[in-house]
Amino acid sequence: MDILIYGTINSFSLALMAIGFTLVYGISRLPNFAHGALYVVTGFLVWSFISILGVHYIAGIILSLVITGLLGAAIYQFVLIRVRGMATSEIIASYAIGLAILEGFRWGGFKGMTYTLPVFIEGSIEIAGVPVDLQRIIVVGIGAVVVAFLWLFTHYNKIGLALRGMAQDERAAMMLGIDSDMMALVAMALGSILAGLAAIALLPLGNIVVEAGYRVLILAIAVCIVGGLGSWGGAVLAAFIIGFAQIITVAYIASHFHIVVALLAIIITLILRPSGLFGRQKELEERV
Amino acid sequence: MKPETGERRRERLDRGIKVRTEGIYAISSWEEMNYLLVPRLALIVGMLILPLAMPSMYWQRVISIVCIYALLALGFDFLAHFVGLVSLGGALFIGVGGYLAAILNTSLGFPIAVTIPIATIGGAIICTLLLLPALPLRGVYFAIVTLMYPLVLLRIIEALNILGGTEGILGVASFPNRWVEQYLIILMVIVSLFGLRRLVNQDVGLVFRGVKDNDQAVKASGLSITLYKSIAVFIASGLGCLGGAFLAHIYMWAGISQFALDFSILPIAATVIGGGGTLVGPIVGCLILVPISELLRAFGTLRIVFYALILTAFIVVRSEGLMVYAQRKYHQFERWVRV
Repeated sequence: MDILIYGTINSFSLALMAIGFTLVYGISRLPNFAHGALYVVTGFLVWSFISILGVHYIAGIILSLVITGLLGAAIYQFVLIRVRGMATSEIIASYAIGLAILEGFRWGGFKGMTYTLPVFIEGSIEIAGVPVDLQRIIVVGIGAVVVAFLWLFTHYNKIGLALRGMAQDERAAMMLGIDSDMMALVAMALGSILAGLAAIALLPLGNIVVEAGYRVLILAIAVCIVGGLGSWGGAVLAAFIIGFAQIITVAYIASHFHIVVALLAIIITLILRPSGLFGRQKELEERV
Repeated sequence: MKPETGERRRERLDRGIKVRTEGIYAISSWEEMNYLLVPRLALIVGMLILPLAMPSMYWQRVISIVCIYALLALGFDFLAHFVGLVSLGGALFIGVGGYLAAILNTSLGFPIAVTIPIATIGGAIICTLLLLPALPLRGVYFAIVTLMYPLVLLRIIEALNILGGTEGILGVASFPNRWVEQYLIILMVIVSLFGLRRLVNQDVGLVFRGVKDNDQAVKASGLSITLYKSIAVFIASGLGCLGGAFLAHIYMWAGISQFALDFSILPIAATVIGGGGTLVGPIVGCLILVPISELLRAFGTLRIVFYALILTAFIVVRSEGLMVYAQRKYHQFERWVRV
């Protein structure tokens, strides 16, 4: 029972971490290696709004999400747009930006136990005899809401439909009058906001540390590769597979192997089924 | 009389001497021979007198570090611009090479003359095997996998407390004296540079470029892309492991800081600044960046921020790099022509 409940919670947190990355990659074919950095940035922004400026928690969260979204859009507009289509430069540029942000925080003395966010609601409840913090329940709730919202957004909204069109066939979408750069900008902003949302949901469970940025990036990438890069349904399913695999590993083997699960998942996926669980017709494109 | 701006464009033409020196006429006169030899000799002689010109022991040590980074950057440039694989994990190569050399030296008691070659070849084999799953695929997979390995291996060593844990492996033998240390690695850099330049102009180099530009054509020719990619990764990771083995012996220590991000980001920055695809560029880039980074040592991880920002700026604004620019000026002249 422990495994079932904590596995579900862990899976939802993984899905939250990964969905922003997979959204950006799916729409603009841009591997956003700054994803982990945006996660930490949001955590830091919320913390400084609450602790330094004394803003109300909810207002702080909304402000930070907006700023993170703008930051993501700025990264796209001023840097990535100039190197689009050049795979090498895209990877290097986004990686360099992420690194600059994370290491900048590390230099600013941003580590240790001092930086924590308060939980939304204190307390815990028992589900089938297992005590669970309310915050973890909220994580599951936010995860489910985000997935549902994204599904509705991309099926019933003009911008959402345009994003899906871009993801399926960029040229055809441009022919139908969809502004490809604008949509990629929107995707990047949305992806950053999703990274920020993950941070807000997950960070109250621990400290805000720079390492979290790298960890989130690795986990997000692992989930995306297992699910098939750019596939949203695949990412959610993969989050469940990796989430349960991690919890089972921790329960039966040792907690050290937590991070190894992600690496093994990537390697096994690449060997057996490189396009992931739900990679759409990309076998032809990506497998040489 | 100069035409108006809208009516003219700049035309670039190869210099006559460049065209002549490409063929048998290269040996027709001293002028042609100098045209070919001077840049090469300037680099070689410059590298060789560097240790003599350094004011103190500390700066001589910096030269060795420059050379280690230069080996890594050479590998990165070769992989990225001749084979089309972007490696974000130079630290993986350094770490594997360093740990292997340290283990061979401390546990098995081999001397330096044995550990460095074994660490180079063995490390290259290990790295190639580790990266093998990503090789049959196109796209960002190779970058992702190379990014993950150093981060994850670091965690594993920390968590399981293997290979000396966070303290690392102490007591690795050092070089007999500092001149041997420096000239050995400088020679290695020069040999690797000219060796790689040779290699990319051989038939196999052509296949590598084919893998980068049009893998379907390579496949249609009946050549295995995975095999050629593995060969390229073997070469590049061999260079990195060589650097790692040197590093372990220079500092007489192998530890988790050899998986640090510096080794991943600095070679990339050096390649972009120096000029990708030239193979000389990365070395020039390292000669510029590593001393600056030593001067900034007091700032800690701010150095990484600094490289990352320089890297982004160069990639966005001046993506050709210094050596491509210099080579263009050397080989070509420009003139305005009426459109």
